Amino acid sequence: MAFLKTVCTTSTTLGRRALSVSCVRSTTHQNGYNFELNDTQKEYQAVARKFAREEIAPVAAHYDKANEFPHEIVKKAWTLGLNNLSIPKHCGGLEEKVFNFCLILEELSWGCTGISNAISSSGLGQSPVILAGTKEQQKKYLGRLVEEPLLTAYCVTEPGTGSDVNGVKTRAKKKGSFFGFSIFLFFDFSIFRCFNFNFPIFILFNFTISKYFDFSYNFSIFIPKENVLLGEGAGFKIAMGAFDKTRPPVACAATGIAQRCLDEATKYSLERKTFGVPIAHHQAIAFILADMAIGVETARLAWMKAAWEADNGIRNSYSASIAKSYAADVANKSASDAVQVFGGAGFNSEYPVEKLMRDAKIYHIYEGTTQIQKLVVSRSVIDSTKSVA
Amino acid sequence: MARVLVGVKRVIDYAVKIRVKPDKSGVVTDGVKHSMNPFDEIAIEEAVRLKEKKLASEIIAVSCGPTQSQEVIRTALAMGADKGIHVEVSGKDYETLQPIHVSKILAKIAQNEKVDMVIVGKQAIDDDSNQTAQMTAAVLDWPQATFASKVEKGDKEITVTREVDGGLETIKCKLPVVISADLRLNEPRYATLPNIMKAKKKPIAKVTPKDLGVDVSPRITVVSVEDPPVREPGVILPDVDALVAKLKEGGHV
Repeated sequence: MAFLKTVCTTSTTLGRRALSVSCVRSTTHQNGYNFELNDTQKEYQAVARKFAREEIAPVAAHYDKANEFPHEIVKKAWTLGLNNLSIPKHCGGLEEKVFNFCLILEELSWGCTGISNAISSSGLGQSPVILAGTKEQQKKYLGRLVEEPLLTAYCVTEPGTGSDVNGVKTRAKKKGSFFGFSIFLFFDFSIFRCFNFNFPIFILFNFTISKYFDFSYNFSIFIPKENVLLGEGAGFKIAMGAFDKTRPPVACAATGIAQRCLDEATKYSLERKTFGVPIAHHQAIAFILADMAIGVETARLAWMKAAWEADNGIRNSYSASIAKSYAADVANKSASDAVQVFGGAGFNSEYPVEKLMRDAKIYHIYEGTTQIQKLVVSRSVIDSTKSVA
Repeated sequence: MARVLVGVKRVIDYAVKIRVKPDKSGVVTDGVKHSMNPFDEIAIEEAVRLKEKKLASEIIAVSCGPTQSQEVIRTALAMGADKGIHVEVSGKDYETLQPIHVSKILAKIAQNEKVDMVIVGKQAIDDDSNQTAQMTAAVLDWPQATFASKVEKGDKEITVTREVDGGLETIKCKLPVVISADLRLNEPRYATLPNIMKAKKKPIAKVTPKDLGVDVSPRITVVSVEDPPVREPGVILPDVDALVAKLKEGGHV
């Protein structure tokens, strides 16, 4: 109990992080594993952490209530270089690896996942072009993002597509050197997936809408042939390839939420007194905090491994799916527990935790539902067992 | 255009709860988060703004301390300084390093690098000395503009608004000059990620106090370091007469 008290009273997250990182440092890692960040990574993490606490967290509730797109924050993040981390160096970007991208995103998600999504989702639209674009296509479209704070979106052509990615109905017709098809909605500059059994991917830009997904247009568009990525029929491969790089970031954002829940709950439990003591001294609450901490630490290890594999060219579908489904569960449970620790106040929108509960739910759903992740993991397990037998 | 020297100090982060060592010899620093002194961040920011306005040509960041001081020099480089100098002072020498030593070191470097302006934070948040800027100016026999809340640079002189007890004082100083940055001088920028990457290529020179001809032998001995006394509870009094009586009793009036 006394030890728990000491742990609880190292108040700042910084202190807690220091606990988990201040292990024995050896310059030569004879054991192949390495759990330490290098100096640049620590600096990146520090900038993102500062930005999250000073810029994002204070305005999160406002943007949530107003239902507005956080243009100001996204522009500020762009000046720090946070939006365009993955863009290749030859277009003026930082060409950062998945791990560093995730490291930064986890910190930003601590502030608010709605806003961190606004900052990082541009990356989703960029990823097919980064993966499959020619140097000219990359320079033309990604270069623009580095010069101005523009956004990209990854859009699907019909509202019915979800887990059943191949079941799309939109068709593209070739008309001379153009492709024409009907589309539903998009903004600023969009990468389109037009699903068909032949499966081309297009780049298309310059349509703007004023609010998020508020209205839809239904008309025909013509896209020049040179905007097709890779070639006709390559879309599914590109889309799936992108997922291996985009699932770890989703897992890390969920970890960010879980960390925020842990921090808010701990802080509150040390202030709120019942029966003469801060509620953190009641074992029931202390154990809730412990469970949250266990979840955060393990979710973090999971995304780190998935991201590391992606950066080292190792096929990471298995780890990425594990990380994403696990982190989503941790985030949801931690958010629910955080509201519980706050008690009646937790349910109230004047306190930050109810928003965390709403924000956490998406991690069970997008970027591959938990059920799809489990399909991936189970297939992998079964395949590897079959191949040995 | 002026050449600027900025002094940056590595101190315990402002958000950390300080703990005194059980043997009362000092404060716990092992494993504790350190960062750049906040007033020094303001100093670097001012130097970078001068450079952006094309009033400064080169910014040199200096830090005196053990190997870890290089971290704050890197932060300064990431914010926009051009090169760094790390004056290596470690172990026992570092524990008794005082503004009198640092000011001599900064003065020597200022002369070697032929700088026109030295900007430092007004005080460090660990020792709160508020002496380094003043002593450095004295050693160099340069004018000093301390507690600066606004700096405007002319051709061969600067106009500085200082925050003093009575309000704001505006003075003009000829270059070369020593400035100490106060809180409201500016709002320091974030180090951007591209700049963090660029900072890795910027040079950090390493020197020792001996190379600069400065003697850092201790001038003080630390007798003991203790927590401030625990705050006593207050007393509620019935009326003003009782208050006056109590104050007289306690010798406060």
